[in-house]
Amino acid sequence: MEKFIRHTGSALPLRRSNVDTDQIIPAVYLKRVTRSGFEDGLFSAWRSDSEFVLNKPEYSKASILVAGVDFGTGSSREHAVWALQNYGFKAVISSRFADIFRGNSLKGGLLTVILPQEQVEALWLAIESDPTTQVTVDLESRTVTYNDVTCSFELDDYTRWRLLEGLDDIGLTLRHEDVVTSFEEKRAEFKPKTLPALA
Amino acid sequence: MGKTLAEKIWEDHVVRRADGEPDLLYIDLHLIHEVTSPQAFDGLRLTNRKIRRPDLTIATEDHNTPTQNIDQPIADPVSKLQVDTLRKNCAEFGVRIHSLGDIEQGIVHVVGPQLGLTQPGMTIVCGDSHTSTHGAFGALAFGIGTSEVEHVMATQTLPLARPKTMAINVEGKLKSGVTSKDIILAIIAKIGTGGGQGYVLEYRGSAIRELSMEGRMTICNMSIEAGARAGLIAPDKTTFNYIKGKPHAPKGADWDAAIAYWSTLVTDSDAKFDAEINLDASELAPFVTWGTNPGQGLPLNSNVPNPAEIADAEARGAAERALIYMDLTAGTPLKSIKIDTVFLGSCTNGRIEDLRAAAEVIKNKKIASSLRMLVVPGSARVRLQAESEGLDKVFIDAGAEWRNAGCSMCLGMNPDQLKPGERSASTSNRNFEGRQGKGGRTHLVSPLVAAATALRGTLSSPADL
Ligand code: SF4
Repeated sequence: MEKFIRHTGSALPLRRSNVDTDQIIPAVYLKRVTRSGFEDGLFSAWRSDSEFVLNKPEYSKASILVAGVDFGTGSSREHAVWALQNYGFKAVISSRFADIFRGNSLKGGLLTVILPQEQVEALWLAIESDPTTQVTVDLESRTVTYNDVTCSFELDDYTRWRLLEGLDDIGLTLRHEDVVTSFEEKRAEFKPKTLPALA
Repeated sequence: MGKTLAEKIWEDHVVRRADGEPDLLYIDLHLIHEVTSPQAFDGLRLTNRKIRRPDLTIATEDHNTPTQNIDQPIADPVSKLQVDTLRKNCAEFGVRIHSLGDIEQGIVHVVGPQLGLTQPGMTIVCGDSHTSTHGAFGALAFGIGTSEVEHVMATQTLPLARPKTMAINVEGKLKSGVTSKDIILAIIAKIGTGGGQGYVLEYRGSAIRELSMEGRMTICNMSIEAGARAGLIAPDKTTFNYIKGKPHAPKGADWDAAIAYWSTLVTDSDAKFDAEINLDASELAPFVTWGTNPGQGLPLNSNVPNPAEIADAEARGAAERALIYMDLTAGTPLKSIKIDTVFLGSCTNGRIEDLRAAAEVIKNKKIASSLRMLVVPGSARVRLQAESEGLDKVFIDAGAEWRNAGCSMCLGMNPDQLKPGERSASTSNRNFEGRQGKGGRTHLVSPLVAAATALRGTLSSPADL
């Protein structure tokens, strides 16, 4: 996984709450068996409206998405994270994320930043009045800065460290394989196994 | 201080705990389907890893599979590739798979319980957010993303931060015609789609204990619609009786050992929940959604709400947008809303009791000529059981379509989709914009309301017949 230390870019205001993963990427786009190429499905239903903010030329270079509350609800599809990343987003800012989406994003290196709703509103105003406003998301200092504003955000030390170092979770867990093995030796006998198949 | 049920299961599965790190949790059962697994298998191949416990892993084909002409190759080439990829991956990595046409095939959350693989006290995961369904057995079950799927494949564990716990107490007796679907829709309307975020929900109280296992599954299924990754119900006699005799249920001495353990899986009387919600079951009525998220629901006797009367600005904006998308006017009685398609099925309400309940309403009657009705059993076994009871005839004679098992119109990945502007009454769990087909409009309902609606052509309950 790529390291995430800090990112600076312009930001796109998505003034909608409860953006579910069926909106981020509808099911018909989920049939691919690769991790790339999902950008064409990103917000596809909304993109057919020329007024939709993603279609506005002034936001075409945006790499930070600033969304309403409860972003990423619904399905567990990690394709939602890939679609955002494939499109070019490095970070998403909202006042609340759905649990599974947030877990997926932090595993995949898309930084999800939680800011209080007032700070999200202020950021919306700034990037709407000047779409070229440069916004910096700094994981090292856990801050979002733009113009002369600095907002701090929280992220647990462990996840922050993993992202800063670009470490893969599976590799980290496999360092403790022996503990997993000894746990397995003590598992109850009556717990079901899928093999062999019983009828 | 005592522990809640969720905390007990959690503690029993901690493989490793270290300061400042998430707990490493052991996973007892990993369910796989075609949509969220291909990239995970690829990841294993790239890193030369194996599936650590194929004997705790099982796959089924459900999201993409057609519900008609299942003896022929899948017509959509992209769907076919995804299903073929799953078959190849399972063969390569030694995973048991139930493919289209197999007697055990069906929606992943219907198949696990019916094989007896879902048992109390287990940790169960699947790359699907409705894995919460299995919580009905007193298991800690939740949906995961594809990176986590790969993690479980490689290690049979997951690093997870401990969730908070919320008790949802539902006391009292349900009125006739009110079902577990109405309970959960009422709960979501009350706490909102983000209300359960960060929590494991425990459904408690006399109304919950009265429910059958299938009714309990309907409730736990939709925990995610309230924002909670998992929801569960303490196992009891109803649970044990349901599991007994299933193919993978413990047998002989194992059964006794299992019962002894399962009986400890209750929230201690001195345990503390982080939050608590109360609901009076006797006040509930059949519930339907009017908007584009599952929290936008009301009793069927109500009118479409007026956004101007909603105090919260965020909710008001969402309601305004929802009414435009749904093409509804404030003040319209919900019962006058005309429906084009009735969908009876999904992992929420595609089990035998759901089909029986709907068939009872429809028996010897005809569905309205203005609509079509799709009946899609949750699994091949549910379909066979229904046929042995003659339910297929009831539906076909009424003018409905009797299909093969799968997710079908719940998410419209296969050919079963709404056309733009079409309106459905659906027993599934999500009424998001375009969920059942681009431009489609969804009203979530119980199987009883679905059946009555099919007969009358407008949103209705059996009491209206
Ligand atoms: S029936 Fe619907 S909700 Fe259930 S697993 Fe299938 S697509 Fe998901």
